[in-house]
Amino acid sequence: MTESSNVLMQKGSLKAMGVLLFVIAGSLWALSIDTRFLYLLVYVWFGVIYGMFLQYGRFCMASAVRDLFAVKVPRMAVGMMIAVALYSIVAAIVTLSGFSTFHSNAMGWHVVIGGAIFGFGIVFTGGCASGSLYKTGEGNMNSLLVVLSISFAQAIIVSASGWWDSLVPQSWIDSAVAKDMPAELSVTQGWFDIFTAGYVWDLKGATTAEMFGWADTTFGIVVLNTLLTAILPVAILLVLLYAFYYRKGYLRRSGKTALSMGEEMAGMWAMCTSSKNTALAGIGLGIFAGLHMYVTGVLREYYGIMNFGEMLVAMGYTNGLSLQETVFDPGYWYITTQEAQWGGWVMQQLGVNTMDNIFFGLENGLPNPLLNAPGFMSIGIIFGAAVMALSRREFKWKLPNWESAIFAIVGGILMGLGARIGMGCNIGAFFATVTNGDPSGWVFLFGMVIGAYVGVKAFTKWMDWNASRNSSGCDL
Amino acid sequence: MAMSFNKTADGEWKLDVCGYTCPHPQMYTKKALQKMDSGDVLTLVFDNPSSGESILAMCDAEGNDLIDRQESGGSSVWKIKKA
Repeated sequence: MTESSNVLMQKGSLKAMGVLLFVIAGSLWALSIDTRFLYLLVYVWFGVIYGMFLQYGRFCMASAVRDLFAVKVPRMAVGMMIAVALYSIVAAIVTLSGFSTFHSNAMGWHVVIGGAIFGFGIVFTGGCASGSLYKTGEGNMNSLLVVLSISFAQAIIVSASGWWDSLVPQSWIDSAVAKDMPAELSVTQGWFDIFTAGYVWDLKGATTAEMFGWADTTFGIVVLNTLLTAILPVAILLVLLYAFYYRKGYLRRSGKTALSMGEEMAGMWAMCTSSKNTALAGIGLGIFAGLHMYVTGVLREYYGIMNFGEMLVAMGYTNGLSLQETVFDPGYWYITTQEAQWGGWVMQQLGVNTMDNIFFGLENGLPNPLLNAPGFMSIGIIFGAAVMALSRREFKWKLPNWESAIFAIVGGILMGLGARIGMGCNIGAFFATVTNGDPSGWVFLFGMVIGAYVGVKAFTKWMDWNASRNSSGCDL
Repeated sequence: MAMSFNKTADGEWKLDVCGYTCPHPQMYTKKALQKMDSGDVLTLVFDNPSSGESILAMCDAEGNDLIDRQESGGSSVWKIKKA
């Protein structure tokens, strides 16, 4: 290593240390105001850890589905499967210990449709919801634009009403009215309210163990939720990824035309370890995502609360709570809902009533971003990724060009729409669900794969057209 | 800045995708390599670190050699020899 690169490395490490010290100082400041902010700080620091692993492994779930079709690379899909396997094992231990904070998602057509719209959008934004956050931490302002687009798109989707409200089925409106919700929510105004109260609330969601009547039993948690719902599908998908995307290259490199069973297994192992960074990130994210759930569960028991909103009331912060005096507080890795809250909160400050709907007004609230615990997890991801990127000399301020900016905004809107219809993103609707035994996550992934496939086809056509009119060099 | 793809000498090409995020760099790289002949060398300039992982895996799968790799301040200059 040259002297100049040593100096650059030291500068990067110093800046990384500076970011870390800033987060530590902020944490101490929060604790000096009220020690109960420890609950919020758990989100912050798990966010920092997620951000560090995400940047280290270039761990972006958009790449998992997109690069399979775009460049036939299974790297990220394999990393994602490793993370699912690890998270499911830790989640089983957490559930057995009685500290799980997980709630199942409702299963229905909306899951696959939401997944497909989300999957289409991520091809154009260049990152999933978490991926956009960690890339923002690398200094990529295009990714920040994606985050902002997701935030405001969701806030508008869940709170706006207009002529499009009349497009929803009458049966949904009737069902929503029958729920007899508080008048201030005006549930018949706004298609998302009608969709939520008139359709989603009539659906059932359950883990596999709950479906078979084995909930809260060791057999149900370990065998049905973990082995059957998470590990077995992961094993099947790894075999398929190996067979269709890795085996051919492995055969060529080993100079053979046929492989024994042992050699096939060695090939599978080679696929899983081909990108050590991604594999290590998958292991780390899987373990820490499970631990996050455990720590939050323990703190809820310690403070005697079910939701952070109760703690906010006790501390004297009552603005922005939902009608149930709750705020969004999943207790595990989640991304899009807190981003919707950021957008909703800003719109509210600008004079728009964003609390007269189920999403914010009844379920998630609109707390000040300084009191938004999961929001700080997302900010923690940005800081964690910045620490890692700076220490690895990969941080670079990057402004989007017009093309990338348009893709970021349009793709972000589609991601926001897909996330709200599917009731979560690739983390909340897939990663956190399948690992806790809720099969609806696989349905969301199926939708994401279809959306990404169509998205790659559309993107390729656009790219071909763009390259054909490029006059600065050879045609691609 | 727009993408540029040029033939710099006999058997040597340069693809510059600086300023682009995923999936542009890896998809342009794939198309560039398809256009080149076996033994040709591509100088790839990009500044999106996550694309690098996918390009590495792509080279590994197709047997292309990464013969030189320089990284500086978030920017990368790689030389890839097509199999």
